[in-house]
Formats: sequence, C-alpha cells, structure tokens
Amino acid sequence: MASSRLLWASSRAASYLRISVFHRGFSSIIKDLKYADSHEWVKVDGNSATVGITDHAQDHLGDVVYVELPEVGTSVSQGGSFGAVESVKATSDINSPVSGKVVEVNEELNSSPGLVNSSPYDKGWIIKVEMNDAGELKSLIDADQYSKFCEEEDSKH
Amino acid sequence: MRGGLWQLGQSITRRLAQADKKGVARRYFASEAGNLKKTVLYDFHVANGGKMVPFAGWSMPIQYKDSIMESTLNCRENGSLFDVSHMCGLSLKGKDCIPFLEKLVIADVAGLAPGSGTLTVFTNEKGGAIDDSVITKVKDDHIYIVVNAGCRDKDLAHIEGHMKSFTSKGGDVSWHIHDERSLLALQIWHMSILLDLIISASVCHFGLNLGFLLEVFMNSSEMIGCSNMSSRNVDNLHYGHPGAFSNKICSIYGNEAGPLAAPVLQFLTKEDLNKLYFGLFKILDINGAICFLTRTGYTGEDGFEISVPSENAVDLAKAILEKSEGKVRLTGLGARDSLRLEAGLCLYGNDMEQHVTPVEAGLTWAIGKRRRAEGGFLGAEKILKQLEEGPPVRRVGFFSSGPPARSHSKVHDEKGNPIGEITSGGFSPCLKKNIAMGYVKSGLHKAGTKVKIEVRGKTYDGNITKMPFVPTKYYKPS
Repeated sequence: MASSRLLWASSRAASYLRISVFHRGFSSIIKDLKYADSHEWVKVDGNSATVGITDHAQDHLGDVVYVELPEVGTSVSQGGSFGAVESVKATSDINSPVSGKVVEVNEELNSSPGLVNSSPYDKGWIIKVEMNDAGELKSLIDADQYSKFCEEEDSKH
Repeated sequence: MRGGLWQLGQSITRRLAQADKKGVARRYFASEAGNLKKTVLYDFHVANGGKMVPFAGWSMPIQYKDSIMESTLNCRENGSLFDVSHMCGLSLKGKDCIPFLEKLVIADVAGLAPGSGTLTVFTNEKGGAIDDSVITKVKDDHIYIVVNAGCRDKDLAHIEGHMKSFTSKGGDVSWHIHDERSLLALQIWHMSILLDLIISASVCHFGLNLGFLLEVFMNSSEMIGCSNMSSRNVDNLHYGHPGAFSNKICSIYGNEAGPLAAPVLQFLTKEDLNKLYFGLFKILDINGAICFLTRTGYTGEDGFEISVPSENAVDLAKAILEKSEGKVRLTGLGARDSLRLEAGLCLYGNDMEQHVTPVEAGLTWAIGKRRRAEGGFLGAEKILKQLEEGPPVRRVGFFSSGPPARSHSKVHDEKGNPIGEITSGGFSPCLKKNIAMGYVKSGLHKAGTKVKIEVRGKTYDGNITKMPFVPTKYYKPS
C-alpha cells in the first residue's frame, strides 16, 4: 500500500496511468462513513466495521463481474489487501481500512457481483471486520476530505 | 502491490499494450508521459465523453459514456465506430513490391487478386512474429498495409532495412507512410446499408472527384436505364445538388446520360458494396473524400476500415453516427479488446510475440500454399519444419470458473503439472462468462481438455475450447 501511495503522490507521471474521467460530480459520498484514500469506505458500529468500495471507485472500475472474498476468520491489516474486484477491464485490490478479523462476508456478491455497482454503500458491502484497534479510524478521512481527494484526483488529468 | 484503483489505467495499458510490455509501462512513467500523440479525432472523443488513456504512445479513448459491457453488446447488436488512427497505414509501391514483401511475410501476396487482402504475419529469422498485419494488394505495383501502433517503429525499421538492401540490388520498391490519413473502423452487421447512405450522399456532392465518377460510370454502362431504383435511392437525391451534378455529368457524357446518372451511380454504389466481400478493398469517394475502404475489422463482425484524409475524418465520423440515428456508437479500446477476444483474435504483444511462430499462434491458414512449398520468407526453415512436425505449443481458448483469468495466469493439467499460460482473458459481455486464450503444450490442446487455471494463488476449473467464442459474421459470398 505504501508503495502505491508513494507513487501516486510523488510521481507526476503516475497520473497518466490513470483513466482520465470526465468529472461527473455526482458520485455520491455518504456523510457518516470514514474513507481510505485507496477508495474503500468503512461504517463503524461499536467494534464492528463494515467495509466496501466507494461509488467513485465502482464508477472508475466499471461493470464488476467478480468479487474475490476472503474466508471468515481471516486476519486483515490496515492498508493490506484482503480481496479483489474484477471488472470487465481490470483487476483491483481491495484494501482493508482497519485491522482485525473478518467476521462476515457478503455472500450475495458471489451470485450478484453487480451489487457493488448498483448499491456500493448498502447491498454491495464486502466484509465485516471485528476491529483490533479503533484508534486506527483516526488515520482515515471523512466525507468532505474524501470528496476533495476525489476531485483532486480527477483534475490531475 | 498488485493493483489498487490507482493502477487501473496501468493495468489496462498493460492488457492492451501491443509493444514490449515492460517498455510500454516504463515509457509512460518516464519521458513520454507528457508527449502522447493525439489523433485528429481527439477533441471529438473528449467532446463525446471519451475517457482518454495512454496507449502505445497515443492518447486514446478506452471508453465513452457507455460502460465497456454496454459498448461491447451494442457493437454486436447495432454497430460501433472506432478511431484506429493510431495504427500505421503504409503503401509499398514499385514493380517489385510483391517479391519484396514476400520475403517479410507468410502470405501468398502474388496470389492475391488485385483489390483483395489478408491477415498476415511479419516474421523474423527465427520464425517468430514481428507483427500481425492486414495487407492488401491494390494493384500489382501497390500494396497497402496497416500495422499495429505499438509495433510501428520496429516494423518500419525492419521494412526499411530490408528495402535498402533490396533496392541496392536493383529491386524497384518504395514506400509511403500514410501519416496524412486517419483510420476509422465501422463494425456493424447491416453495414453496407449504412455506408451506402453516406456514399450515396457524397455521390451527389457538388465537389465530387470527376475522375472517380468517370471510372464508376464506365464500369456501369450496363446499368444505365435500369429502372430498379428503390425509393430510398431516389430520396437520396435530396442530399446534394442533383441539378448541378447532372449538368456536370452531361458535360462529360452528353445529354442522354445526364438525367439517370446520379441514381444509377447510387444504385451502383450499393451494388459495389454488396459485392465487396470480407477482405476486399476499394478506393472510392465517401462523404466527399477519397477513401481506402477495406471490408475487414477486428471484432468478428462485418465491417469496414476506412482510411480517410485526416482533414475529413471528423466529418466522416459525424456523418456515420448521424446516419445511423444513434445506433452505431463511438466505441473505445476497452470494448474493442473484449470484442476481439470474443472473436478469438490475437492481440500482438499479448497473444503473439517475437518468439511465437504463426504455426504456434494458430495462423497456419495464413501461410499461403505456394509459400509452404517454396518458403522464401524470414524464418521459413523453422516454420516449415513446424508445419511438418507440429509445433511444441499451441494457442487455444479457455472457459473458466471463478475470477476471469488474465494474462500470465498459469495453466495446469488436472494433476497440477504446468502445461501453459494465459495470454489474454476477461469476462465476455456477450457470453456472460470468463473466456481466455493462451498457449498449452501440443497434445494437451484438444477442445474439452480439463485444466486448472491459477489466479492469485488459487486454482479454478477450466477447459480448453475452440475459438471464436462468439461466432464471427464476416461478409462472405454465400
């Protein structure tokens, strides 16, 4: 993760690797969630964290055709990859915004991966994590910051 | 780090890259990042919502507002228009251009009828593929070639090197690289109707090339007086200035030819396209510009590649979209990749590389009969030996479960022994399942053979299948 962020931030050229997307401006961002700059969201309920990818992310990916889910009980670490989203055009890692243990996975995605596109914040959730350290949430960004972050990314090209 | 979202563009570039993959990735990181070439349609793409990505040194649309899934399906259902101007068109001219080219490719160029072409492979001394390319014999002293954008530099260097030594020995061949032209690919099953509308409109165009008219007219004398004109053809008269047009015709042919000339020409143009079967070529006026029209494409659908003077390219693209009433849609490289994969067609740089022979790549059919007997092309020794003894590996198609198998996924037999590798793969929008192509050891290549395909450390069931995955609809004589 660190390496990709570094590239992202430091290499002017890296922006050319990205798809230049017409800024659509209507990717929705939900107020009460926390976000990672690798485009995952997390919804906290006590010690439980539900994780998915953002509307912005699914919009960039296009039609999701397969979601590779971890096994229940797997340990995940903040910023570490726990699965993958496959769209028609590409494969993308999904990184966990928090560390802990996977307690539930969205089995619906096995038969309906398109829920990630149609309902990224609700029916398209990916895993639920029992958090080791709620303090990690402080390193995530809020909706306003994430919105700004996406705008900056889109305008780089 | 395999690939977060940031890597999306890169992974697409990788999957679609036609040149040496490492070279491509590095090039964009480094100096050329800011120097991407633009086709004359660049602004048109952006205005139509094109998402531009670096591809083989060009800034090209990966998709427009439609998703890749929608675009792929629409191409098969209604039609697609692609800007493929990044590809390099060139003409070889001179009385020895055929013997010259036959040293470099596996096709029986001498045996091609004038005005027809074929897919071929430029080979190296070891029998490997330098590039795959569509070549057309325009006339005995004129060959038209379109090579991949990612291979342009090496192909041109290769051709030029051989041309120098050929001409130094007295051979008569020269080339012209068509950088003044742009290339549009129109893929659509009821295509000739659409293109006919555009050509018909242009035939009535005031600024028509009279030399072209003369040629068509002379060829059409038996059609004069033909009353079998549809109302559509007559309606088309309203596109242009039939009066002025007729006057021009009259001044050439005399009064009796005048009144019928325009409808006859329209009728004939339609006839021409109906007889322009897959692989055939014609130079003609489309939408007021002299175009090279080849009935070909790389999606498995019927269609044309239209080489148009660059200053007329945007107008032609607009005319095609307008005439189709929104059915033919601008389509980007993302869907183009899905389409060619569904059609079982190789992407150079993925499915064919310097070390892969045409026999291994399943392109044995492209080696002309005479060439098999005579050889005389680079690497012929190895290729002819493979024809006799069979190649060590073969390109095959796969269906698989689980995540789509992408390039470089390992292929194992049922016992887990390695037998090959995927070279490109993805989710088929038309079949709604994973398809892939790759190479396996000869003997294990039969359709129906069960395999295990490794994706991110896990293995998934797959089986070898025949290609194309989606039946092709090339326009051939019935």
